[in-house]
Amino acid sequence: MAQMLEIRWHGRGGQGAKTAAILLGEAASSVGKYIQAFPEYGPERMGAPVLAFNRISDEPVRVHCHVSNPRIVVVLDPTLIGKNDVTSGVPEDGIYLVNTNLTPAEMRAKLKVKGGKVYTVDATQISIDTIGRAIPNTPMMGALLRATGLMSLEEFVADTRHKLEMKFRSKPEVIGGNIKAIERAYQEVQSE
Amino acid sequence: MSANGKQKGWKDVPIGGLILEAGSSDKYETGDWRTYRPVWDQEKCRHCMICWIYCPDSSILVREGKVVGIDYKHCKGCGICAHECPAKCIDMRLETELEAGEAEGAGAGARCCAKSGGEAGGK
Amino acid sequence: MSKRVAITGNEAVAQAMRQINPDVVAAYPITPQTEIVQIFSTFVADGNVDTEFVTVESEHSAMSATIGASAAGARAMTATSSQGLALMWEMLYIAAGLRLPIVAPVVNRALSAPINIHCDHSDTMGARDSGWVQIYSENAQEAYDNLIQAVRIAEHADVQIPAMVCMDGFIVSHGMENAELLDDHVVRSFVGQRTPRHSLLDVDNPATFGALDFADWYFEHRRQLADAQTYVKGVVLDVAKEFAKISGRNYGLFESYRLDDAELAVVVLNSAAGTAKAVVDDLRQQGMKAGLLKIRLFRPFPHDEIVAALAGKKAIAVLDRADGLSTMGGPVFVDVRSAMYDAPGPKMVNYIYGLGGRDVDTEQIAGVYWDLARIAETGKVTSPVTYLGVRE
Repeated sequence: MAQMLEIRWHGRGGQGAKTAAILLGEAASSVGKYIQAFPEYGPERMGAPVLAFNRISDEPVRVHCHVSNPRIVVVLDPTLIGKNDVTSGVPEDGIYLVNTNLTPAEMRAKLKVKGGKVYTVDATQISIDTIGRAIPNTPMMGALLRATGLMSLEEFVADTRHKLEMKFRSKPEVIGGNIKAIERAYQEVQSE
Repeated sequence: MSANGKQKGWKDVPIGGLILEAGSSDKYETGDWRTYRPVWDQEKCRHCMICWIYCPDSSILVREGKVVGIDYKHCKGCGICAHECPAKCIDMRLETELEAGEAEGAGAGARCCAKSGGEAGGK
Repeated sequence: MSKRVAITGNEAVAQAMRQINPDVVAAYPITPQTEIVQIFSTFVADGNVDTEFVTVESEHSAMSATIGASAAGARAMTATSSQGLALMWEMLYIAAGLRLPIVAPVVNRALSAPINIHCDHSDTMGARDSGWVQIYSENAQEAYDNLIQAVRIAEHADVQIPAMVCMDGFIVSHGMENAELLDDHVVRSFVGQRTPRHSLLDVDNPATFGALDFADWYFEHRRQLADAQTYVKGVVLDVAKEFAKISGRNYGLFESYRLDDAELAVVVLNSAAGTAKAVVDDLRQQGMKAGLLKIRLFRPFPHDEIVAALAGKKAIAVLDRADGLSTMGGPVFVDVRSAMYDAPGPKMVNYIYGLGGRDVDTEQIAGVYWDLARIAETGKVTSPVTYLGVRE
């Protein structure tokens, strides 16, 4: 259990928290990790707070319950902070990655956490620049790779490009935009 | 399932209640269910086949396009043939009366008349 | 070569159905099963299978069409969940009574009311006396493997009984995890072709299906069905042995996890078994002799083998994801305790957990083991049936 990495995604319905968890899981699986990716199924309404989870491990993953002590928390929508307990169950050395234009220090004050590490990236702006719409989930994955070293950017981009090509065969601009978003967020994520 | 014949145990019958013999209902003789017997008048019959169409038990016997009799082994005596017959050539008569008459006759009369030429039935 | 992929339970089951390539699938959508037949229908549309896909107006019709197809000699499948299984009710008994080897994945979901789309086992537990074989799956891998094996089990000449393969709604059906899928040709040659002994389309050997069966014969045919159930265990093990050859994965009637030398045992089925295994490992490190028995074949119930595996334990907790509402515990508890009646007696308790998708985590299951430790020590059961994780 010790080496199993658990991630909790906070977002709002429509922002792609579940898709992000699935894409991350698939990418980690493609480089030989054992994974789980699943959302907390609620009313599934656009804008309602949603949770999604990942488990990533070198051993087969057996537990089938929610992640309650995530080592990593990813917040797709900064307006959730304060309304939604994003710090719940996170250990002292937990990692927070937040989509915001604030600095990590400013975000730490908002999160009211002492230990661990806080990373920030303006994924919404990046997605508007590269994809043309505010869909922060793919850039957040680029930032997550940088913050955690989960896998190499090259491996992740290769797998994601393959997935996007299957899904958006007729819209090559969507594929390029998403890849650019991942790469930009990887570069622009700020640490303390 | 046949109510007649030898009763087999559960190990000796096809599974699932399957019946593996085609047309086995022919063996299930329902003629003795009858209270009234349709008596067919060959002279008045126009061979319009309306009785054959209506009979729910396929008991109107037909050969070469002509009614030749009634299958009393299977006829349950419902009377639909008599009701539908436009020529009024089928008369529903009480079995008890007919049987009494048959008993008086010179040894005539199994209760169920032999069916006349089963292979020619209009089934 | 088989390959490990990231896949949801529903996707894995749909892939198994594609590889099985059934003659007929008749199904109606219901959450959380919908994806299975939705994905499968794309295989039909793309010509990846030879299946006649029958869209129907209800689950009752889905099972009816499947029964008709199976009686006609086809390898026929359907899939459902919850209210859908409930609507199939009378047809489930007919499928079993006519001895039609239909195979159906069932994605476990609670039954209304109150209305709920999430996981528990109320749906399939209610069908446990319908005469169907029931196989339960911990994860996507097992759901995939079990479905492929179920075809061989159901169609075996000694069995001829329909089989449902169960997996947990959302937790497994929609959660993505890893599974190894076999090559198409390997699965196809494993399942082979169905060779029905009798079928409606065999005009040279006509057969009547569904004839009236009164007091003079019905009892004999039900007795046959009961007899056929006694062959299921052996066939399940034989098929598992053959499946191990093509997959390298071993299956039994149930899985014993660190059970041999255990003093405290939990009995559970489906996805919570995975969570419980992690708890067992943890408690073993703390010195507790904890073990687990995960039931795979629940119908027919492998009572002798389960008794042998649980005999000599000090205390046993049976976890039920359905309430029997009899005031004496859930259906798995009732069966396990009944089977254990003649065995030298461990203390036995029941926990009803996870109804309507309530999450059950490692802490709760660890709590069950600590309860067992107390029971083993004191010899006293204070609460035979406990509702685990409900708000007081």
